[in-house]
Amino acid sequence: MNSLYRTLLFVPGNNPGQLVKAEIYGADSVIFDLEDAVSVHEKDAARDLVRHYLLAMRPDNCRVGIRINAQDTPYYEKDVRAMVPLKPDFLRLPKSETAENMQKLDALITECEKKAGIEAGSVKIIATIETALGVYNAFQIAKGSPRVIAIGLGAEDFRTDMKMTRSDDGQEILFARNLISLSAHAAGVMPLDYVYSNFANMEGFTADVKFGKMLGFTGKSVIHPSQVPLVHEVYNPTDKEIEHAKRVVAAYNEAMARNAGVVALDGKMIDMPIVTRAKNTLEYAKASGKEIE
Amino acid sequence: MMFDHALMSEINKFPGYENKKAFAGAFATLPDGMMAPRSLKCVKPGTNKKFSLDYILDAVGLKDGMTISFHHCLRNGDAVMRYVIDAIAKKGIRDLTLAVSSLSAVQDCLLPYFEQGVITAIDTSGNRGKLGAYVQKGKLKKPAIYRTHGGRARAIETGELHIDVAFIAAPCCDKFGNINGVQGKSACGSLGYAMPDAEYADHVVAITDGYTEKPLDYVSIPQTQVDYITEIDSIGDPKGITTGSIRVSKSPAELIISKYAADVIGFTEYFRDGMVFQFGSGGMAIATAGYIREKMLARGIVADAGVGGVSGFHVQMLNEGLIKTFYDPQDFDLTAISSLGTNPKHHEISASAYANPFSASPYVNMLDVTVLSATEIDTDFNVNVLTDSYGKLLGAPGGHPDSAAGAKLTVITMPLLRNRLPMLLDHVSTIVTPGETVDVLVTEYGIAVNPRRQDISDALKGKGLPLKSIEELKAKADALTGKVAPLELSDEICGIVEYRDGTIIDIIHKI
Repeated sequence: MNSLYRTLLFVPGNNPGQLVKAEIYGADSVIFDLEDAVSVHEKDAARDLVRHYLLAMRPDNCRVGIRINAQDTPYYEKDVRAMVPLKPDFLRLPKSETAENMQKLDALITECEKKAGIEAGSVKIIATIETALGVYNAFQIAKGSPRVIAIGLGAEDFRTDMKMTRSDDGQEILFARNLISLSAHAAGVMPLDYVYSNFANMEGFTADVKFGKMLGFTGKSVIHPSQVPLVHEVYNPTDKEIEHAKRVVAAYNEAMARNAGVVALDGKMIDMPIVTRAKNTLEYAKASGKEIE
Repeated sequence: MMFDHALMSEINKFPGYENKKAFAGAFATLPDGMMAPRSLKCVKPGTNKKFSLDYILDAVGLKDGMTISFHHCLRNGDAVMRYVIDAIAKKGIRDLTLAVSSLSAVQDCLLPYFEQGVITAIDTSGNRGKLGAYVQKGKLKKPAIYRTHGGRARAIETGELHIDVAFIAAPCCDKFGNINGVQGKSACGSLGYAMPDAEYADHVVAITDGYTEKPLDYVSIPQTQVDYITEIDSIGDPKGITTGSIRVSKSPAELIISKYAADVIGFTEYFRDGMVFQFGSGGMAIATAGYIREKMLARGIVADAGVGGVSGFHVQMLNEGLIKTFYDPQDFDLTAISSLGTNPKHHEISASAYANPFSASPYVNMLDVTVLSATEIDTDFNVNVLTDSYGKLLGAPGGHPDSAAGAKLTVITMPLLRNRLPMLLDHVSTIVTPGETVDVLVTEYGIAVNPRRQDISDALKGKGLPLKSIEELKAKADALTGKVAPLELSDEICGIVEYRDGTIIDIIHKI
């Protein structure tokens, strides 16, 4: 398993066939969905199914997350109480609007971790922001609990809440994407790009992933397996980028070894942000299976 | 893997199978003796060959107990077998052996002729549906024999399968008896599977709906082999003869398998300029070929040749110059048929040329890489493509064992699970292709290399592929579905599965 969150693949929690296949698509994380993919009549069944699936055949090649139901639903608490003992890597909370949402979830997870004898703080939170208020509070949400590792935009609900008209290239959600990326980076968590639901449009999807990467997103939520390799392709560095990153890090290490204050490569000054970016590049390269040693 | 000798002595009791031996290894059994003699023929200039079928049946002296043959190039559109066998039945002839290169679902219509005793034995590559069920009820007078494409050609050429009368569905036939499959309203493409029959049968009858007085300029089966011609309204339904557009898999799981298969091939030494390969025409095979094509374009690699059945996608690669030449025993769509008729780099070859192991090298021996499917595989890499998980007849060996034996790298692409059943087992229901000729299994849950091929294992290590041992993959399948109880099948033998060299590799049980 790699250390990245390039792709987070949603899998309906009520579909046994899709549960057992979830691990094969190479996604960095799989999110078993108890929320939108599951009708109100099947909430209990999906929770039970996901629970038994994870107990019997939890995949070991990807991170496991659960999208629980929102805090204003009657399913929320049952979801958390049933899922935390299974030690998911994270719970994804929809309709996150305020720091209080995070604190409330944190407290419930803490209680459940204690009861189940799980190390405190091991179950993380990813907040899905899908209202105007949520976007407005993005930074506060990201800082709302030390468990929060990432925030992401739920574009469809956000459009509805904002009374927006939908465009093909997503111009109307540009500001929200920017603000979420900015808030996440400011808070030191990962910004996750939104779900592009038209999975038949591969070209539009790829352009959208590239644009998201440009805005600073570090990964993307996806709803169709065919989207996984396309995201990885965009986020995986090219051989040229890897080569350059290796040289930057080597030059930096060499300068550190001889206590030089200034790092230079090919006659150009290298400052710290460039070194950090190079290290990130190598991290992505390693995760994509490339040999970097 | 050795075949049970007690079963072998049971098989040897049946007429025609007295000399059959057990499979001993993919290349362990060598031929001896000579090829079968062929009938001398003499047709004087100006002799008319075109008659009614009724007349021809009398003229060739068809009688009880003989062997009649057909080809399966019209696939699921064939109307010739029923037409001919119905005419034979009306003459009161009984107890025939049906020797056919394969049988499709459409041949369910032949069941009444089996029940009436017109046909009492089957020699084929595969059968399914009602005929499959009939065989597995044990109703034939002796077990059906299932041969590979190359094995059937071998059996004909060695005289083991002697054909009294070959009825050849002919999409186009001139008055001299020249036949091709690329013209006419029922065009089916290559007639490769009919060629051994035409060459060795005592009597050869063309059944055509594309009769012409003018000599053909493209000849698949020459007039020198054809004794009689009969013209009928339709030899088949074009919708069943050819598939429509190219089918590429859209299933995400199948695409994962296809991508892995292409990656496996791409990392081996066989993926090089000048390679020769075969891939099928199923959705997953075409998807694999699509990924291979991308790799070829990216690396500037061109294949010297393609071998095997042809679809529009193969033709596209031929036309793009990614494959320099193609050796074709069978075509699946109109694009392929048109290419065969017009492109000088697209060659029609017989089933014997394609795959007969007892020749001075069939075309499958050219193969660097072949990508094949499977209904089941076991931990010894033995493959089943003939029966389903319940031991019921479903498919056909076809060219599977031939291609696997010929290729330097044989890749099996197969989902680890189908519905709730695991496809990787301790023992396959029926062994068709021996594991010693299979190199890599690619599934959606991982890739297993045959331990015999350490060189391939080494080539794939550290390349980011999900490599597992076959036992690990098996354990994964068991974890997902639960362990499958072994099939409990009757000891009664309803069919024998022949390896390409004529030895018996498995049996079909009564159900």
